[in-house]
Amino acid sequence: MHEIQSILSKHGLVTAFALVGAIMWVSNQLSRHLTRGRIHGSAIAILLGLGLAYVGGVMTGGDKGLADVSVFTGVGLMGGAMLRDFAIVATAFEVNVVEARRAGLVGLLALGMGTVLPFIVGALVAWSFGYSDAVSMTTLGAGAITYIVGPVTGAALGANSDVIALSIATGVLKAVLVMVGTPFAAKSIGLDNPRSAMVFGGFMGTVSGVTGGLAATDPKLVPYGALTATFHTGLGCLVAPSLLYFTVRALVG
Amino acid sequence: MTIYGVALLALCTLVGVVLGELLGEALGVKANVGGVGIAMVLLILARLALVRREGLSPGIKSGVEFWAHLYIPIVVAMAAQQNVVAAVRGGPVVIVAGVGATVVCACGTALLSRLGRPSSPTPRESIATDSHP
Repeated sequence: MHEIQSILSKHGLVTAFALVGAIMWVSNQLSRHLTRGRIHGSAIAILLGLGLAYVGGVMTGGDKGLADVSVFTGVGLMGGAMLRDFAIVATAFEVNVVEARRAGLVGLLALGMGTVLPFIVGALVAWSFGYSDAVSMTTLGAGAITYIVGPVTGAALGANSDVIALSIATGVLKAVLVMVGTPFAAKSIGLDNPRSAMVFGGFMGTVSGVTGGLAATDPKLVPYGALTATFHTGLGCLVAPSLLYFTVRALVG
Repeated sequence: MTIYGVALLALCTLVGVVLGELLGEALGVKANVGGVGIAMVLLILARLALVRREGLSPGIKSGVEFWAHLYIPIVVAMAAQQNVVAAVRGGPVVIVAGVGATVVCACGTALLSRLGRPSSPTPRESIATDSHP
């Protein structure tokens, strides 16, 4: 048993490939037989992944889900930023340039609104729960943009660590909700063409949420959503600790 | 050769990330600004250039497409390492702010993707026909 464990940890990435392959297979079976294909296998696989992340987090007390379990550290490499970005870029090979160009302007508009609107929601919620100073409101608002913008902003403004933790959790919850909810909401928000996928990516912002959600809805839309979403975190980190912070400070003093 | 495709993808990714990093620095932001997006644009341009010169060999294609096809499993691995415990235990502030922000963004998506949509359904060009930049 011990030897098997050490072999699995030594071959972390290979173990991760086998594990994720198994998750995909189980999910596709569930999709076919339990839901008759109505719920996409990828959506079930992402849900199972999130479930395993919860189990891993409870087991180890760490913050990297299943990747904190020693046998499954390879999941951290396979699903980490390096391979994720590599694979996202690869999806651009199938982008239809005409479609992408046509959605350029509206994608930009979505990007702007997708930064400001969740920020307002986050800041207002913070205020109504008693976090009424400008720094805390801005940090929580930034967390509602993405879970990277939150801590970057909080660190820049010198926010309390518990407020930063809350802002990260808000961003992660948003990412999880987008991953899980997109396939179900796709029809009602008109998410069925490259143009709306670019709007969606610009609005939702969270790269993990957007790409996960689109993968579970229609993999063909992934590159379009990713194309706009990837600018979101940078834009958020740019305006949250500056423009948006000054606005909040002017409003609440 | 397949490795040419993988290397092309790697090159685009690296150049994109470096440019995103430089852009972030120029703007005074502690983050990579659109590095992946820039890399995607570079790869699109590279494909167009290869198609025009008839240099898009099956090897290059399979080297890039392999990674594009691995995308969903990678997303599953990504989901498996999210800090779900923190998201679940964050308490009411996190739940209200997270759900609120998501719902507002979803409504915004619905509005924007319907507003300026061309009145006639857009013709669907196939990828093969868009070889002009």
